[in-house]
Amino acid sequence: MELDPLVLSRLQFAFVVCFHAIFPVFTIGLASYIALLNGLFFANGNPAWERLAVFWTKVFAVVFGMGVVSGIVMSFQFGTNWSNFAQASANFLGPVLSYEVVTAFFLEAGFLGVLLFGRGKVPQGVHLFAAIMVAVGTFISSFWILAANSWMQTPAGVELVDGTFYVTSWAEALFNPSFGYRFVHMGMASFLTGGFVVAGVSAWFLLRGRDVAANKKALSMCLWLLLVLAPAQAVVGDFHGLNTLEHQPTKVAAMEGNWETQSHVPLLLFAIPDKDAQDNLVEIGIPSLASLILTHHVDGVVPGLKDVPVAEQPVVGLVFWSFRVMVALGLAMIGVAVTGLWLRRGGRVYGHERYLKVLVGMSVTPFIAVLAGWIVTEAGRSPWLVYGLMTQDEAVTPSLTGGMALFTLIGYVAVYTVVFWAGIYYLLRVIRQGMLPHDQETVVDDIERAKRPLSASHIPFDDDAGHPVRS
Amino acid sequence: MQTFDLSLIWAGIIGFGIIMYVLMDGFDLGLGILFPFAPDEDSRDVMMNSVAPIWDGNETWLVLGGAGLLGAFPLVYSVFLPALYIGVFLMLAGLIFRGVAFEFRFKSKRNRHWWNRAFCWGSAVATFAQGAVVGTYIQGFETEGFVYVGGALDWLTPFTVLTGLGMMAGYSLLGATWLILKSEGHVQEWAYRITPKLLAAVLVVFAIISVWTPFVDGGVRERWFGEVSLIWLLPVLALACAYGIHRWVSRRREGMPFLATLGMFIFTYLGLVVSKWPVIVPPDHTIWDAASAPESQLFLLLGMLFVIPIVLTYTAWSYWVFRGKVRTGEGYH
Repeated sequence: MELDPLVLSRLQFAFVVCFHAIFPVFTIGLASYIALLNGLFFANGNPAWERLAVFWTKVFAVVFGMGVVSGIVMSFQFGTNWSNFAQASANFLGPVLSYEVVTAFFLEAGFLGVLLFGRGKVPQGVHLFAAIMVAVGTFISSFWILAANSWMQTPAGVELVDGTFYVTSWAEALFNPSFGYRFVHMGMASFLTGGFVVAGVSAWFLLRGRDVAANKKALSMCLWLLLVLAPAQAVVGDFHGLNTLEHQPTKVAAMEGNWETQSHVPLLLFAIPDKDAQDNLVEIGIPSLASLILTHHVDGVVPGLKDVPVAEQPVVGLVFWSFRVMVALGLAMIGVAVTGLWLRRGGRVYGHERYLKVLVGMSVTPFIAVLAGWIVTEAGRSPWLVYGLMTQDEAVTPSLTGGMALFTLIGYVAVYTVVFWAGIYYLLRVIRQGMLPHDQETVVDDIERAKRPLSASHIPFDDDAGHPVRS
Repeated sequence: MQTFDLSLIWAGIIGFGIIMYVLMDGFDLGLGILFPFAPDEDSRDVMMNSVAPIWDGNETWLVLGGAGLLGAFPLVYSVFLPALYIGVFLMLAGLIFRGVAFEFRFKSKRNRHWWNRAFCWGSAVATFAQGAVVGTYIQGFETEGFVYVGGALDWLTPFTVLTGLGMMAGYSLLGATWLILKSEGHVQEWAYRITPKLLAAVLVVFAIISVWTPFVDGGVRERWFGEVSLIWLLPVLALACAYGIHRWVSRRREGMPFLATLGMFIFTYLGLVVSKWPVIVPPDHTIWDAASAPESQLFLLLGMLFVIPIVLTYTAWSYWVFRGKVRTGEGYH
């Protein structure tokens, strides 16, 4: 079989992005949560807030470290696998990515160390300020990276001359037509991720009767947050979808499995889209509902996939099913959040074993939903890399052979498997250990200690490493 | 109408970033290469602790350089990376493994020897790849217009293998003299012992590369021998530094050998720059061919002028905080 460098490069980028994405999505939400906990402790001095803040800061440190390590690879991939794209878009993407590095690094360098190690050494207000700055830094980072991605989806503010993009307006290019929707949708997804993980871990502790008072507080906060966010995210997602319908109708057609441009389009619950036949093999749907959702009229006309040549259609099945996974998980999140409100009456929620177990299980769902969402938006853009202007085919490195791409694909899978096995194994150990008694938490004071993310935790990597050593 | 040359300014910034990276990440990569030869596990603790607080700040220069290149000289980015495809992968894999080893080695007893290996091999592979990049830069790229058209392993020649090994020797020397500065007792003794041997290895490779380079690249040959120029001053200064290392090590001076090694690297680097200037994608693309649009260079410059001083301040501050000797049993073990 012929090894196709384009297919392998896409696979490789998708693999690296998917592996990387789960970490920042978590840290963005968690950073704000930690800032909030520190703020609450600052405001009313309740030690439960501080203990929660210390515990979640340790988790944050590990996840942040993993995110940094996995992110390095991506910026190099632009050059290694997509050099034509790098060359063509450098006038815009180069400054944007550079600004992401320097602004994120600036805040990280200044404040992460203070957040992780400064408790008790700097005034409480300064420590709170550092926590807020780290949270702000995560948003600044996502601002730049989403501006870059949105520009590739809905390019604006540039002109294409001889195969190179020239920026005509930085404001238009950065704040391109889909940027706002994407930024809000991703920001809320990050908070949902943080919320469901904290809720799940708190529920796990409650099931074991550990630190009941603090974990009840944490769970209660999360459930309020999720009750607001989960339905709101559905609304934002709807607006985002309308924006996509305006700018990338083919993507929406693939999401809906809609081949013909027509009115009264049904909302398909199940279908097997077949690109060869240019039709769905099986369809189970609710009549006219897709038209109603997308156009707000039952007889609204929805564009179909056949509006564009077959070569310009994305992999319909992948987009179709990823979209359904994302929406189904979103609905499940709303259901769980509303159930939590119901169970609050009489405080049943904290002792309801089945509900707590559901929460534990739900803690992985936001990650799956985020990845599914990214697959919808990225695969749905295919075969365009810069929508309407540059195809993936034109973007790939000309000198790249299938063998080279396969070699590095296998290499990255191997590297990440080892690294992330270690990282996630360690993360679970940190979570299992939970909150330590107060006097064991505040031991971090020696100057020789590496001011590195994982140094925020004393927990050994393997069991016979003895107790966290500090002789 | 343009009163200053943005590409020139950017060449200065990127050039500065590269030498900062080489000097700062060089010694901690070198420690990784020397890791298996250390006399005992305690020495390894000292070696790792001496760079643990600062190494990832050092590597940020690499990230800054990479992103800056894409912003200012995209041609370098889109020719070097495809041409060095396999090498770039090896370097990234090496940096990832050693980065993780920094985190987990101290937290692990049963598996510590695995993290030791990850640290050593990661450092060695990343260093070799960086040396090979230098060699590839000297020998040039096969391009058509602005696109690399060579093969996957064109970069791997006897010459680049030599520059790769040379970089390993050079970084090891940086690591050893750094260790003299940062350690004491039997660890420092060991570092004093190996420094002359590493220096000899560096000089041998340095000599071979110097003789070989004019045969690899005609442009360099012309520059070296074409006019009687000050260019010969640079290798002379580098050799003077080498002599300094030798002398100060035998006199048991602690700080000077490291400074002299830094000097050796700086003068060699300057020698390379003036030999190739203004070619940035050899054999024929200059910094002006490789530049991005002036608007983009300007847009990015405004940010860099603001941020780089802050980064420098922070870096200097963290070196100040972690100044002084590292002793066995400090940190955690």
